[in-house]
Amino acid sequence: MSDITASSKLLNGPLLSVRSLSVEFGTERGPFRAVKDVSFDVSPGRTLAVVGESGSGKSVTSLAIMRLTDYTGGRIVGGEVLFQPSGGEALDLTKASDDKLRDIRGNDIAMIFQEPMTSLNPVFTIGNQIAETLILHESLNPREARLRAKELLQKVRLPDADRLLDRYPHQLSGGMRQRVMIAMALACNPKLLIADEPTTALDVTIQAQILNIIRDLQQEMGTAVIFITHDMGVVAEMADDVVVMWKGEKVEQAPVRDIFTAPQHPYTRALLSAVPRLGSLKGEPLPKRTPVIVMDGGAPKLVGDTHVQNTADYAKPILQVEKLTTRFDVGKTFFGRVTHRVHAVEEVNFDLYPGETLALVGESGSGKSTIGRTLQQLVEPTSGTVRFNGRDMASMSQGERRRLRQEIQYIFQDPFASLDPRHTVGYSIAEPIIVHGLIKDRKAIEKRVHELLVQVGLQPQHAKRYPHEFSGGQRQRVCIARALASDPKLVIADESVSALDVSIQAQIVNLLMELQEKRGLSYLFITHDMAVVEKISHRVAVMYLGQIVEIGPRQAIFENPQHSYTRKLLSAVPIADPERERAKTRIEGEIPSPVRAVGQEPAIHRMREVGPGHWVAIEADALRGVA
Amino acid sequence: MAGFITKRLLQALFVILAVTLIVSFAIRLSGDPAIMLMGGGNVTEQDLQNIRQALGLERPFHVQYLSFLQGIFVGDLGRSFIGNTPVSALIGQALPATLLLAFTSLLISIVLSVPLGIHAAVHRGRWPDQLIRILSLVGLSFPNFWLAIMLVLLFSIFLGILPPSGMEGPESFVMPALTMAIILTATNVRLVRTSMLETLSQQYIMVARSKGLRDRIVLYKHALRNSAIPLVTYIGVQFGNLIGSIVIVERVFNWPGMGTLAFDAVSNRDYPVLQGTIAVLALFIVLINLAVDIAYGLIDPRIRTE
Repeated sequence: MSDITASSKLLNGPLLSVRSLSVEFGTERGPFRAVKDVSFDVSPGRTLAVVGESGSGKSVTSLAIMRLTDYTGGRIVGGEVLFQPSGGEALDLTKASDDKLRDIRGNDIAMIFQEPMTSLNPVFTIGNQIAETLILHESLNPREARLRAKELLQKVRLPDADRLLDRYPHQLSGGMRQRVMIAMALACNPKLLIADEPTTALDVTIQAQILNIIRDLQQEMGTAVIFITHDMGVVAEMADDVVVMWKGEKVEQAPVRDIFTAPQHPYTRALLSAVPRLGSLKGEPLPKRTPVIVMDGGAPKLVGDTHVQNTADYAKPILQVEKLTTRFDVGKTFFGRVTHRVHAVEEVNFDLYPGETLALVGESGSGKSTIGRTLQQLVEPTSGTVRFNGRDMASMSQGERRRLRQEIQYIFQDPFASLDPRHTVGYSIAEPIIVHGLIKDRKAIEKRVHELLVQVGLQPQHAKRYPHEFSGGQRQRVCIARALASDPKLVIADESVSALDVSIQAQIVNLLMELQEKRGLSYLFITHDMAVVEKISHRVAVMYLGQIVEIGPRQAIFENPQHSYTRKLLSAVPIADPERERAKTRIEGEIPSPVRAVGQEPAIHRMREVGPGHWVAIEADALRGVA
Repeated sequence: MAGFITKRLLQALFVILAVTLIVSFAIRLSGDPAIMLMGGGNVTEQDLQNIRQALGLERPFHVQYLSFLQGIFVGDLGRSFIGNTPVSALIGQALPATLLLAFTSLLISIVLSVPLGIHAAVHRGRWPDQLIRILSLVGLSFPNFWLAIMLVLLFSIFLGILPPSGMEGPESFVMPALTMAIILTATNVRLVRTSMLETLSQQYIMVARSKGLRDRIVLYKHALRNSAIPLVTYIGVQFGNLIGSIVIVERVFNWPGMGTLAFDAVSNRDYPVLQGTIAVLALFIVLINLAVDIAYGLIDPRIRTE
């Protein structure tokens, strides 16, 4: 099609019109069509959310708009991408020349990517990277460009912009880097901003700030936004219109309210049913399993049942943690003297009971994962005691410690990285049984592996397969089977469901709860995701800078949060409900670092009881809080 | 930084001590220089004894070695057994020739391997990549002496445009430098290619492209500097091997450098010359690696701040 017809099609219409777009990738087994016949329009100043799970084609679609798929081995095999640049005629980007495309990239259309830690080039200064775009598209000289770069940094509310210009990406936190990325994308006042999961890798309080900045700047500059995400909470907070993608196809498109109130396609309904919603267990003292709609072939199917998780036995704790402190040395002088320490965990106290789930929640650097690793004997505590079934871990013999490794198991975040790719999953599951000498007979071990696979919802014949033959959710099931193989009493789940698609996540959470009921397992559930915490846990401990600031029954923490940090954390969670009024109080501030100079010990919070079993750290000044 | 350099220089001292000690000891196991000097024929034990005495070889090994060390500190590397020339004068002549050869071939190899490696990475799996990889494999399979002889056959015997050996004028420089450069380029191309493939898959490269930058800027500004660390590391390691192959290449082309000097010293059991050459070469290898460590900091700010 010629540019003239393209322009007449877009006259006074949408800014961008994607029509029957198809993208293919060459694979060893022939071409794979990642995007099939997708169409949508974006109008000036509006936000279109493209939602879907992994493999839905949403990211490929976002790259294909600017033809960045050319660099990833993708090929646009059909359709048009009509775009109206600020000056000149509308054109079809799928047929535009390389020169024309380069003119549009970064100038009329800009993009923000998912991983702020890897989006900025580590060897150039922030100032250099922002100025580069301005010098290229606006023909500014380096001095003018630097001045504009500084203004842009102030626009994304970065303090001390002058000094930041000369700093390198590694000297900035993830949240700050994502702001730099936004400043860079908005440098040339683009008419369209494509944001591909821009907040997925960030802590929730930082996410809230970044979403605010994008929203404010969009209003100020009138930019249209395509927001790629898997998070229905973010969709509800950001979008005007929503496109739902599934297996490379658009299955539904509607204004945001209609998507949430009257979803038409079965997949949209399944997706919404799986989304954990903060406040969904209001008024209920115990965690509850609820059925999930999953797509079976092309049809929705209800899986699981409603079940109140009354499994905890509060007679005698299985795990008692007292004044646990873990510090790491960092920063040494030339002579090897320690100058700084990471105060990862400071005098943490909690108990965990048989059949109970205790959630440790907090953001990066809160020390939640260090506690898990200490319990798994991967990290030596600096001081404090840990008792398992009443026995002090420090005074245990080698043999007892080995037995402890059998009774305490771990499920990690990344199910792919935690399975050996060169062994069958059957081998991986059998390994703890053999190591701990639980069963000697080979036939019996095989039988046990098959039982475990069935228990986690897989099939016995899966034992012979390798990790890469499974999907992410299936791999996490394998990891659970392996954790259960040594018949543990306590399972530490460190962000075990965070990397999974919501529909898979909901099923894994249900599986964990079901196994808890059957086996009386205790879970230490380490996560940053408040909505999942609400669903699964009996009690919650909120961690901040290595200390617990609030601990208590789940219902008390969620319905009556006392500590300012707990409130901040809860208010930062995006709620999957577009009708809900957006939070009025603005969240500000970076997450402080737990690194301190030697000799500057942090003050230990004193706790007071505000309800039965509900303890909260006393804050010096209610207004000052912790921020 | 100053502390770091001091530390490395102390290390250098230790390396030179160890290397010269081993070499001095080993060469003394290989035969008697007195016999070499007399060149056989009618020699009495008394003649040999006199020569040994004159060269100071009758003293115990540790005394000889310590006097060599003592000499180093006052800048006196001793005198050659043959012709009584000061060793420092011999090295003074040979070192520039060798350094010229080493650095030119390194430079040629970088100028060739960076664009070729990048080209191969960008066209991964397609014909330019295949061709570059095959050529590099061919280059890797050549033994250096064979390659040197083939070049002599081609340029001196068949075409008659270059002198087969010696160091007279710029023409005589072409073949030795080319031999070394071909061998270095064969490995460096693969290194650049692998390192670039890794860098090109990074997200900041996609970000650079989304900004509308030209391919040339994306590759040579954003990607190359990030790929440089492995390349620079390898050049440091390579320098040691380079010295090794230079001995052979210098022999073939009769290039009056450190390699030739060391080779002759071994054949003649000329202890002072060998000890001196090895000490200087070891110093250079250590200095090059120090330069590599400093270069890391210049290339990558993340290393600078540590």
